[in-house]
Amino acid sequence: MDIKALEKTAAEVRVGIVKAIHNAGSGHPGGSLSAADIVTALYFDEMNIDPAQPKMAGRDKFILSKGHAGPVQYSALAVKGYYPMEDFMELRKIGSKFQGHPDMNKVPGIEMSTGSLGQGFSVAGGMAMANKLDNDPGRVYVLLGDGEIQEGIVWEAAMSAAHYKLDNLVGILDWNGLQIDGKNEDVITVAPVVEKFESFGWNVIQIDGHDFQQILDAFKKARECKGQPTMIVAKTIKGKGVSFMEDQAGWHGKAPDAEQTAQAVAELGGEM
Amino acid sequence: MADKMATRQAYGKALVELGEKHPELVVMDADLSKSTMTAEFGKVYPERFFNMGIAEQNLYAAAAGLALSGKTVCASTFAMFASGRAFEIIRNSIGYTKANVKICATHAGITVGEDGASHQTFEDIALMRTIPGMTVINPSDGVSAKKLLEQAVAMYGPCYVRLGRAAVPVFYGEDAEITLGKGNLVKDGKDVTIVATGIMVNEAVIAAEELAKEGIDARVIDIHTIKPLDEEIIIKAACETKAIVTAEEHSVIGGLGSAVAEVVVKNAPVKMAMVGQKDTFGESGKPDQLKEKYSMTAADIVAAVKGVL
Repeated sequence: MDIKALEKTAAEVRVGIVKAIHNAGSGHPGGSLSAADIVTALYFDEMNIDPAQPKMAGRDKFILSKGHAGPVQYSALAVKGYYPMEDFMELRKIGSKFQGHPDMNKVPGIEMSTGSLGQGFSVAGGMAMANKLDNDPGRVYVLLGDGEIQEGIVWEAAMSAAHYKLDNLVGILDWNGLQIDGKNEDVITVAPVVEKFESFGWNVIQIDGHDFQQILDAFKKARECKGQPTMIVAKTIKGKGVSFMEDQAGWHGKAPDAEQTAQAVAELGGEM
Repeated sequence: MADKMATRQAYGKALVELGEKHPELVVMDADLSKSTMTAEFGKVYPERFFNMGIAEQNLYAAAAGLALSGKTVCASTFAMFASGRAFEIIRNSIGYTKANVKICATHAGITVGEDGASHQTFEDIALMRTIPGMTVINPSDGVSAKKLLEQAVAMYGPCYVRLGRAAVPVFYGEDAEITLGKGNLVKDGKDVTIVATGIMVNEAVIAAEELAKEGIDARVIDIHTIKPLDEEIIIKAACETKAIVTAEEHSVIGGLGSAVAEVVVKNAPVKMAMVGQKDTFGESGKPDQLKEKYSMTAADIVAAVKGVL
């Protein structure tokens, strides 16, 4: 998909996020919007997947380790054609497939149930190990939040992925700098992240997580890297695309009201 | 008494045999493969064996990843670290997803011995049986450990298999019928029922022999599968005998005793007593000394039976 089309698709994904969280009355818009370009690039360009065959053999897999950003994954899967967008508007409602955090046994295209931070990253490592064992060409992509890497399991998994030379594993760090209680450096400093992952034996690529050319180039470089897992450190803006949400920790886990939703959708070029 | 064998030994041996029958079987460990006995599998099937280092959280989450990719995974470490440290990973990444991971946890209970309280797990059965869909298995000897492991590997879904460090008598014959989810009537009796699990089944048999000398006819049931629990055999015992004494090498809070009581109070209330680790930590010592000091011997079962009759 060309860059213009990707940008248009990402806007569509963002509209879905904002509307669904508004309908639900709760959810996490900030971290969903910051990851929207990366997730769009994965589903619409990088990954070998087929919405008609969610369990296709040899497919690439995407794990949303920062599971609270579920709306970005749900919305992207809807736009991709796994199910109608209107289904996703039932987000967080009782009886809905669209749980507050993704459930792999309810929604097609979800490869792993996530929500408890750090685990998806480790599970992705296990999936990459299985693919190596089976000579399965499928690659495993896993998106982490920056606050998430405060979890100890992330570093256990980082160590084993390098040890087992999982060059079929690509981590993407959605580095928007904010977590629930504020800036990373005011809560618990995560920097320097590049040096941390490099010292753990990873191939690290730094990009602007809202520049599609850079995102696509990074995935290409990751594919070319042999014998090491790759971590793409993507500088992003929390709430990206909605002016009043951008770079505001307060929009980590809060639903927009009707007026705010209308404004956000208009800014994204969507329709109510 | 027959030969002695630790259930972990039976596990290690069985894994190698299962490796041939199940090409999808993967074994994982966290730097304890010589103690958990998974090392032998690693020697025979090096490509299907993964040592994850001293990192139990990653061990079980990565096991989930392999399982969700079509592997049957036996992932081992000590029971303390499997059920305790990795609990929430097991709950969310294995239980909630229904991943086909067999959590084969060794060195459970007081018979860890000299390593002391930090390594003596009395909480694992309680923790694991609260996870929806988790099968919880606690074999009583080497023969049943092998048979139950084979069945656990053959079924799809998460299982917790509790194994011990110490060599314990092998009392089942090779031809014994051991069925996952079915309690085993070891000895019939009409006065009282001793419902035991794990290494306490052997103590229960000894206790029944002692009680017989005093004219008390005790039934002995081996509950090797604590979840799903064989309710039928428990209700039958509650109806046909005067009281039930449970015996486990585990806390009396939340384990076999609680599981049996939950069935009994709902179906056929009968007087009960529970033999197990009281609400206290253990300490270093020889397994037999510790079993005696912490009241988990045949004599303690005998005393409990007399208390309820």
